[in-house]
Amino acid sequence: MRILRFLLIKEFKQIFRNRAILAIILAMPVIQLIILPLAANYEVKNINLAVIDNDHSDYSRDLITKVTSSGYFRLTGYSQSYRKALHSVEEDKADIILEIPKNFEKELLTENQQQLFITINAVNGTKAGLGGGYISSIIQEYNNQIRIKNIVPDKFNPMPVIEITSSNWYNPNLNYQLYMVPGVLAMLVTLVGGFLSALNIVKEKEGGTIEQINVSPIKKYHFILGKLIPFWILGNVVFGLGLIVSWIFYGIVPLGSILLLYGFVVLYLLAILGFGLLVSTFCETQQQAMLIMFFFIMIFVLMGGLFTSIDSMPEWAKTVSRFNPVSYFIDVIRMVIIKGSTFQDIKPHMLIIICFAIVLNFAAVLNYRKTS
Amino acid sequence: MKQFFTFINKEFLHVLRDRKTLLILFGMPVVQILIFGFALTNEVKNSKIVVVDYAKDVASKEIINKIEASRYFEIDHVLSGTNELEKAFETGKIKMAVIFPENFNSNLLHQNKAQIQIIADASDPNQATTLTNYASSIIADYQSEMNQLNLAPYRIQSQIKMLYNPQLKGAPNFVPGVMALILMLICVMMTAISIVKEKEMGTMEILLVSPFKPILVILSKAVPYLILSTINVASILLLSFFVLELPIKGNLILLFSESILFIITCLTLGIFISVKTDSMQTAMLLSLMGMLLPTLLFSGFMFPVENMPIPLQIFSNIVPAKWYYIIVKRIMIEGLGFAAVWKETLILIGTTIFLLFISLKSFKIRMS
Repeated sequence: MRILRFLLIKEFKQIFRNRAILAIILAMPVIQLIILPLAANYEVKNINLAVIDNDHSDYSRDLITKVTSSGYFRLTGYSQSYRKALHSVEEDKADIILEIPKNFEKELLTENQQQLFITINAVNGTKAGLGGGYISSIIQEYNNQIRIKNIVPDKFNPMPVIEITSSNWYNPNLNYQLYMVPGVLAMLVTLVGGFLSALNIVKEKEGGTIEQINVSPIKKYHFILGKLIPFWILGNVVFGLGLIVSWIFYGIVPLGSILLLYGFVVLYLLAILGFGLLVSTFCETQQQAMLIMFFFIMIFVLMGGLFTSIDSMPEWAKTVSRFNPVSYFIDVIRMVIIKGSTFQDIKPHMLIIICFAIVLNFAAVLNYRKTS
Repeated sequence: MKQFFTFINKEFLHVLRDRKTLLILFGMPVVQILIFGFALTNEVKNSKIVVVDYAKDVASKEIINKIEASRYFEIDHVLSGTNELEKAFETGKIKMAVIFPENFNSNLLHQNKAQIQIIADASDPNQATTLTNYASSIIADYQSEMNQLNLAPYRIQSQIKMLYNPQLKGAPNFVPGVMALILMLICVMMTAISIVKEKEMGTMEILLVSPFKPILVILSKAVPYLILSTINVASILLLSFFVLELPIKGNLILLFSESILFIITCLTLGIFISVKTDSMQTAMLLSLMGMLLPTLLFSGFMFPVENMPIPLQIFSNIVPAKWYYIIVKRIMIEGLGFAAVWKETLILIGTTIFLLFISLKSFKIRMS
């Protein structure tokens, strides 16, 4: 126990001596948590619209007003020709082109049928799909209006109508930040824990100081614990800071129990630190450790359900994400904060994280013995 | 000049000797492009939902079948009552519930009016809105099939053409973005580390007392990584062409030159970080922890830049990956030429010169 205490004092001294690193550990996550959720907004609004109005009739003007007043589209200008409109798409000044043919109004009234041409920049498939959906439904609505205007209505409506009432649970104001902030916080805690622990043992290897520790009467588990505990404490501090920041800047107060949340984080940090240690037992240089950590962290971030939904991924990718501890953390933090889920609800997640923690740390200790 | 090549040679030997690093350096981008190219999509599909069917009649069954058949929804289970709903949502995976009241069909037939209730888990607001819209349009389809609305007069049809990506796949958007992200972080990190390493080991002093200009010392460190990263670009492009079936529509030479320019920009950013820091750890944490999420968010491939608050839109301009993402997207996916990317090219050149200039300046001050 005494040895462990000395080791801890040494580690903490090393951390606190290096101001730059301390600032990175504590300030960087806070700043990122304040700023990044503001940037992570996937509302599909303000779709830039270029219009080619070859008709210049009342009908075409009505249609254009209807589209632009919907709130989804922003009219960026009228083009004289398709070629010019296409050019504005290439310059990213327009996302959608709406072309109204000549004699639109006249032919619609005389021939009962008319076509509109819509061209969408589909590099981003989702934006294109949604934009296309919005504009089609606006045109549909406009079409119904024309019918009502031109057809003498029957006294009663013989057509059956299905009324849809929809409600949004847990986040009725559809506040996107409520969704993003906990996810980003989960990510930042992961970055701090993962990178610091991965670098740390390697640093002793590269600096040659590990040899001295190896010949001293320090036991392996002392050494590992000495490395693990400081970052475990720091990780918990960062998480606490993050909760305070999300309360002050975003007004987010967990609906569920904070204690439960912390209970999970405490275990989660053990898992992610174990992973960092495991990586560092495989590497000889800090450079290698960083590269490997970067490789995994990028997969953790992009496949963890932070930005894109795991449900939408192909089956094999879902399997990959089952081995991603971050995906459980993101799930749990969102469940407890937004929905107020209880211990019973997150118990399966917790059990899996405990398994991760045990397996990863055990592997790290085993592997460390072999290499030293 | 001969000395310069000798130095580059030395640095190359350093890099090539470390087999493990080399393996990671080449293997990593390949694996990542493959995983992300196939897995990432902003599309919402296969969402698990529950159904509460109090009616259990022809109409409700038919609508449930229609919902089940669409690729957006997957019916997880059918609940017998709404009292179990909350539990279903709180344990996680359920995104939406569809509720049919009793006598759904008979109301529809006799009173010409029936109700369906949709409850969405709005903890993810975008997904909730999207799913509600999808479900509504499936129900509306069913209704118009019943009514055969298509025979109505004054019909406006809209013909929609999807440019560049008619199948609305994720890859055309994500591959250029992931390319920008990977190149940026690898290049910045590698140069930052390799220079700081000499400082930390004390060997930098030795290099600087040699009759050799400091700028050449630094540049010779960047050259091997320039070459390695260029090979990485080539392997990424080959992969996206042959495996992800993403044809390169524009000029290949132009795309390559722009990539080399972007690599140089990132290498100078790495030099800048290494000049400003004293230890490898600081340099690494800065370039990874400090840059990973900002680069991801501000390059614009995940979240549209025009949705961000104005100060962040302005901030996004200093993220080099944003400009490179635009360049790759325009050349590779949209097939445009230099005329469409000259502005972005100039910005990258400007950034490079600026970073090189201030790095050199602060470098001299430090060492004097």
